[in-house]
Amino acid sequence: MSAIIEVSHVSKSFGGVKANEDISLTVEKGSITGLIGPNGSGKTTLFNSIVGYHPIDSGSIRFEGREISKLLVPEIARLGLLRTFQQTRIYGKMNCVENMLISIPHRKMTLLEAFRRNTPEERERAEHLLHFVGLYEKRWLQAGSLSFGQQKLLEFAMALMNEPTVLLLDEPTAGINPTLINGLIDRLKHANREFGITLFIIEHNMRVIMNMADRIYCLAHGRLLAEGTPEEIQNDQRVIDAYLGAH
Amino acid sequence: MSMRKLALYGALLLLTVAAPFLFPAYQTQLATLWLMIIVALTWDMTGGQMGYNSLGNIFFYGTGMYVGAVITITLYFPLAEYTDASRSETFTFTPEMYFTGMVLGTLGAGLFCALSAYAIGPLFFGLRGPYFAIGTLGLAIAAGEIVSNIDILGGGQGISMPVYGGDFEVFKKIIYYVFAAMGVVLIVFLSWFYQTRFGKAINAIRDDEEKAEAMGIHTLRYKLVTWAISAFFVGMAGSISAFQLIHFEPLETAYQTINLGIFMVVCVLLGGKGTLWGPVIGAILFHVFKEVTWNYLLGWQWVALGALIVVIVVFFQDGLMGWLRHRKPEWFGIRVESREARASA
Repeated sequence: MSAIIEVSHVSKSFGGVKANEDISLTVEKGSITGLIGPNGSGKTTLFNSIVGYHPIDSGSIRFEGREISKLLVPEIARLGLLRTFQQTRIYGKMNCVENMLISIPHRKMTLLEAFRRNTPEERERAEHLLHFVGLYEKRWLQAGSLSFGQQKLLEFAMALMNEPTVLLLDEPTAGINPTLINGLIDRLKHANREFGITLFIIEHNMRVIMNMADRIYCLAHGRLLAEGTPEEIQNDQRVIDAYLGAH
Repeated sequence: MSMRKLALYGALLLLTVAAPFLFPAYQTQLATLWLMIIVALTWDMTGGQMGYNSLGNIFFYGTGMYVGAVITITLYFPLAEYTDASRSETFTFTPEMYFTGMVLGTLGAGLFCALSAYAIGPLFFGLRGPYFAIGTLGLAIAAGEIVSNIDILGGGQGISMPVYGGDFEVFKKIIYYVFAAMGVVLIVFLSWFYQTRFGKAINAIRDDEEKAEAMGIHTLRYKLVTWAISAFFVGMAGSISAFQLIHFEPLETAYQTINLGIFMVVCVLLGGKGTLWGPVIGAILFHVFKEVTWNYLLGWQWVALGALIVVIVVFFQDGLMGWLRHRKPEWFGIRVESREARASA
C-alpha cells in the first residue's frame, strides 16, 4: 500500500486560536482511516484544510503525490478528493434522483457535454445507489423534506455517485438512528472494498470507528496525540485521558 | 409526450398565431404581454433557477435598445448626424433597409448583451444574496445615467428610431409576431435547457452553492453562461422594443429600473419561481392586473401594485405554481413509491 494523502507539518490558526499545529499524517490508498479526538480538537479544521476550504498557514498537503494546498475547493473535488459535511448538505428543493444526477463526476465534463441530458446509465446508477442506501422508495420526494438521517444517507449516496478516489466523511453516523448504524457501517465497508474508495472518517462513535478503521489518528488541542491500529488507540492512556478531560 | 399535452401545446400555439386577428384592438397589448413573458422567463433563469436575484436585468433591455438602434442607424447613416438634436434633414429608410436593420440590430443587441454579461459577470457573481441584487441594480441605474450623458447616443433626449414606411396595422402585427416567435423559442429552449445537466447544475447552485463547489461543479462557468443566455434574449427583446416604441430615451424607457425592471420580478414571484410555466402565467396575470388598474384605478395604480406585491410576499411566497405544488404534490411527481410497486416494475 502507498500513501494517497500525505499531510505534513500543517498548521492553521484562526486569530489566536491554534486549531491545527504541526500535524503530519498519511492515509494509505484503499484503507479506511479514522480521525478521532474530543470536541474542538481540530478534526474538521484539518478536513477543511485538506479539501481547500481555507488556506493553511504552513506545511504541505499532497494528494496522489501532487501538492494541493494551494488549489480551490472545486479543483480538489475534481481531482477525486471529496468530502461530506458535518451539517449535512443536500440540494433541498430537488428530489433525490435529481440530487444524484447532479452529483455525476464533473472531472472531465466540457461545457458542451453539460448541454446534454443525463444518460440512461447515469439514471440507472443513481437509482442503484439510492437503493443501496435504502432511499429508493423516497426517490421522488424533495430532498429537503427527508429526515436528517435520511439526508445523511442521501449525501453519502451522492458522494458515491461522484466516483471519488478518496472520500472524507465528517461524522457519518451522527444523527442516524442507532438501529441503522450497523447498516451504514456495512455500506461504508462495501464502498471501500467493492468500489475501491479510500475512506478518511471523522467519528465520535468509538464502536463504529474501532469496527471499521485500519488505522486511527487522534487529535487533541490541535495537535496529533496518538496514532495506531484500533487496539493500540483503545489501550493508549493518553487517548483515554484526552477523552476524559485529564488534559 | 402524451397526446393530451401535445393537443394543449398545439392549441396554445394556434392561439398565439391567431391572437392579433382575434383581438385586433389589443395587438400592441399582446405584443407587450410577450415582452413581459420574455423578461420574466429570462429573469427566472438566474433568479428562480440559479438563486441569484438580479434587479439589474433591465440593464440588458436598455443596452439592447441602444445597440439595436445604433446598428440599424450606422448601417446606412452617420450616427452623430442622425442623433444630432438640431438636425433639420430627415433620414428615410426603405422597407429593405428597415428590415435589414431590424434583423442585424436585434441579433447584434443579443450578442452584445450576452458578451457583456459574460464579461462583467465575474465582478457580480462574487456577491451573494441581497448584495447581488443591489449590485446589479446599481449597474442598471449607472448605465442609464451614463448613457444620458453621451451626446452621440442622443443624450437625455434618447433616439428616434426609423419609422416603418408601410401600413401601421401591418407594423403592429410584425412587432407582435417577432415578440411571439422570440417567446415561443425561449419557452422551447428553456423546457429543454432545464432538463440538461447544465440546468440541474444551476439548480444545485441555487440550493447550496458551497455544496456544489465541494462536489466539483464549475460554479462560476455555469453562472456566467446562464446570465449570458438570459442577457441574449433580453437584449434582443430590448431591440425589438426600440422598434415598437419608435422613440425611446435613457432613464424612463431604456433603463426603466422601477417599471419593467421590477415588473419582471413581480411576474415571476406571482407565477412561481424556479418553474418553467410560473413566469409565463405570472406575466399574463400581472399584465392583465396592470392594464386593469392603470385604466380603472388611475392615480391609485401604484398603490394597487404595492398591495399586490404585499399579498404575494405574505400569502403566496412560492407563487401560484408553488402553491399548487403544495396542494397537489402528485401533479408534480412528488410521491413515495411502495415496495410492491418496485417489485412489479
